[in-house]
Amino acid sequence: MAAAKFDTPNMREYPSIPALQPDATAHLKSFLAAPEHNSFLGFPDELVENWQEKAIEKMGDLLGKYRGFRVFMDACVKCGSCTDKCHYFQGTSDPKNMPVARQDLLRSVYRRHFTLAGKFFPWLVGARDLTREVLDEWYSYFHQCSQCRRCSVFCPYGIDTAEVSMAAREIMDSIGYGQKYCNEILGKVQKVGNNLGLPGPALEATLEEFAEEISDETGCDVKIPLDVEGADVLLITPSADFFAEPHIDGLMGYAKVFHAAGVSWTLSTYASEAANFSMFIGSYSNMKKVAERIRKAAIDLKVKRIIVGECGHAWRVAYSFWNTLTGVGSGADDPYAIQLQKQLDHSYPIPQHICEFTWDQIQQGKLTFDKSQNDHRTVTFHDSCNVARATRMGTEAGGQFDIPRNVIKAVCNNYVDMDPDTIREVTYCCGGGGGLLTDDLMELRVKGALPRMEALKKVINEDKVNAMAAICAICKAQFTKVMPYYGIPMDTIVSLHQLVKDAIILPGQGEEEAEPAAEATE
Amino acid sequence: MSFLTVLYALLFYTATALFIVGLAYKIRQYATTPAPLKIPTTPAPTTTGGVVFRMAREVVLFESLFKSNKWIWIFGWMFHVALALVILRHFRYFQEPVWGIITFIQPFGMYAGFFMVLGLLGLWARRIVVERIRYITGPSDHLMLALLVGIGFSGLMMKFVNHTDIVMVKAFFLGLLRFDLQPLPSDTPLLVHLGLVALLLIIFPFSKLLHAPGVFFSPTRNQVDNPRERRHLAPWAAELDK
Repeated sequence: MAAAKFDTPNMREYPSIPALQPDATAHLKSFLAAPEHNSFLGFPDELVENWQEKAIEKMGDLLGKYRGFRVFMDACVKCGSCTDKCHYFQGTSDPKNMPVARQDLLRSVYRRHFTLAGKFFPWLVGARDLTREVLDEWYSYFHQCSQCRRCSVFCPYGIDTAEVSMAAREIMDSIGYGQKYCNEILGKVQKVGNNLGLPGPALEATLEEFAEEISDETGCDVKIPLDVEGADVLLITPSADFFAEPHIDGLMGYAKVFHAAGVSWTLSTYASEAANFSMFIGSYSNMKKVAERIRKAAIDLKVKRIIVGECGHAWRVAYSFWNTLTGVGSGADDPYAIQLQKQLDHSYPIPQHICEFTWDQIQQGKLTFDKSQNDHRTVTFHDSCNVARATRMGTEAGGQFDIPRNVIKAVCNNYVDMDPDTIREVTYCCGGGGGLLTDDLMELRVKGALPRMEALKKVINEDKVNAMAAICAICKAQFTKVMPYYGIPMDTIVSLHQLVKDAIILPGQGEEEAEPAAEATE
Repeated sequence: MSFLTVLYALLFYTATALFIVGLAYKIRQYATTPAPLKIPTTPAPTTTGGVVFRMAREVVLFESLFKSNKWIWIFGWMFHVALALVILRHFRYFQEPVWGIITFIQPFGMYAGFFMVLGLLGLWARRIVVERIRYITGPSDHLMLALLVGIGFSGLMMKFVNHTDIVMVKAFFLGLLRFDLQPLPSDTPLLVHLGLVALLLIIFPFSKLLHAPGVFFSPTRNQVDNPRERRHLAPWAAELDK
């Protein structure tokens, strides 16, 4: 099926709220999961016969399991605070992409079946029966939410549309109406070990190649170790770091930092993936299974620390959920968790973000940089939504904003921030998060990137910015693809550790040369 | 005892019972439903004290709304603060002797009535004028505003235009509290006012007014940001560990 033609939105000189265009993106429907994708995850193959009944039953089940979902269904007063906050609304003008309207697609059915008002006066409170049209509307618009939580910042009751869209997707999965992109990938990660489906030998060959490249460039013997038992650190990073640009440069950056810091580390074939798309579809049980792979790898490799590479939602799962799901940190009492807790070194955060690690090394004075190697760049930083609004780095609230910026400023001379209304806690999603990074949603991805593209264009024009660093595999892949639509060169997006890689001087490096090696990706 | 007095007495007993039982049921439901994952909207406080402070800012100042939209904030905050003052002012109908603080705020509460209606009209105007908000507004949203404006307007009528015998009104409510029925004046504004208030009490537990208890149970606002330090586990999720 070829994607329909669409126009890239015009950049607005002064970002303003668009006039509504009802059903502007009602035609968008990402591909349905094939029966085998669904069944592997424990969902029905395809839409079950009595899907209405089953969907309502599942909704009731979730209302009893998730306080957030329950409260969010009841508490909205339709004040309008969130209406202009979603990047998809700004980019598409479709009113159903306003967070409250998106929630209402589900809330209307909740009211019909779970509230007295909706049972007796449906017309009064906007309650609807779950018809086929409603189900298809759910499928379309709950796959037009990247679960970035920007709306939740502005809601006076903290209603988080991400939670609502996760619940909606879980309901749809439970009746055999799942999405191909998420469900197929969740199969790969559980069968092969990563989202890409890259088998062990191929991974090994790829990593050797990268290590050689770094060694050739620096004259130092830098390794990218795989499955090394007894290493100090297990690095869990998104598999995009193994094959996509600019992700690879980030991976080489991690390798150089570990080398310079003198910390032994390893990747794992079995758990060669930080991403956990189970979060996108709201599946607690799948999220736990995928997270347990990482726990098993850590136990098998006898590591003392777990560090997570540049990936937004993966850092959310790792930081916020790993301890709950697998007892990776403390407090769990099943045998694996206890073994792991004994094995891990509790003087470091469990898990730790690669930016926390690098910043810690910088503060300890263990890394040497030649910042002038980044002088051809003027850099800005894109706060990834999941890192910004669902996690933390360091010990202080807000460390997730400051630590990455600190690292960038330690390796670059030219840094500027984008418009304050588009960064830090109110950062805009790249437009491809939450299980939407698929070609069948390209129109949505391009349109959803609008607010970020506008903010970036402004610093490109005013401050001569030519590099935007990110710490999320999805952001990097999304920007590489959509920037050209807005006339921005795709190599403007860089990995944060790519900047580190370009400036770091490894111990012993350049002793026989007059100058550090030239930038390879120039 | 007049038919009206008996009718209103029954109405208020019923409304109060529904309000208390309904609200208690919903609060119990919120409190007993587990929040299986740590989902505070970050940056979030890392201590319980910090969370109490965050919640206090949210409930007293409407911090998130302030960040979002100054118009909604001005009208919404004006309405809620004025309503709080007006409700406190009405305490005098239910106590004898009247607390000093209630006596003190009488004049403030009196003028707060105007700001309450003004805030409501501002919010209502936005529902009609602003396209986005018009889109998300349903019949119940208009009716809720009509109800609240009706309560405010009838109250102001009694205070400033068509006085009612408030000594009798007080005797009626003290009588209700003591299960000793006293006659209620039969002025129209009073009957409208009380009828609408009873209606508000009745629909409270079944409507979007549940935002009032709901905000305190919102996990994005009431959770401490400490998932690496403390394991957070819901009972149903713990079953999966076995």
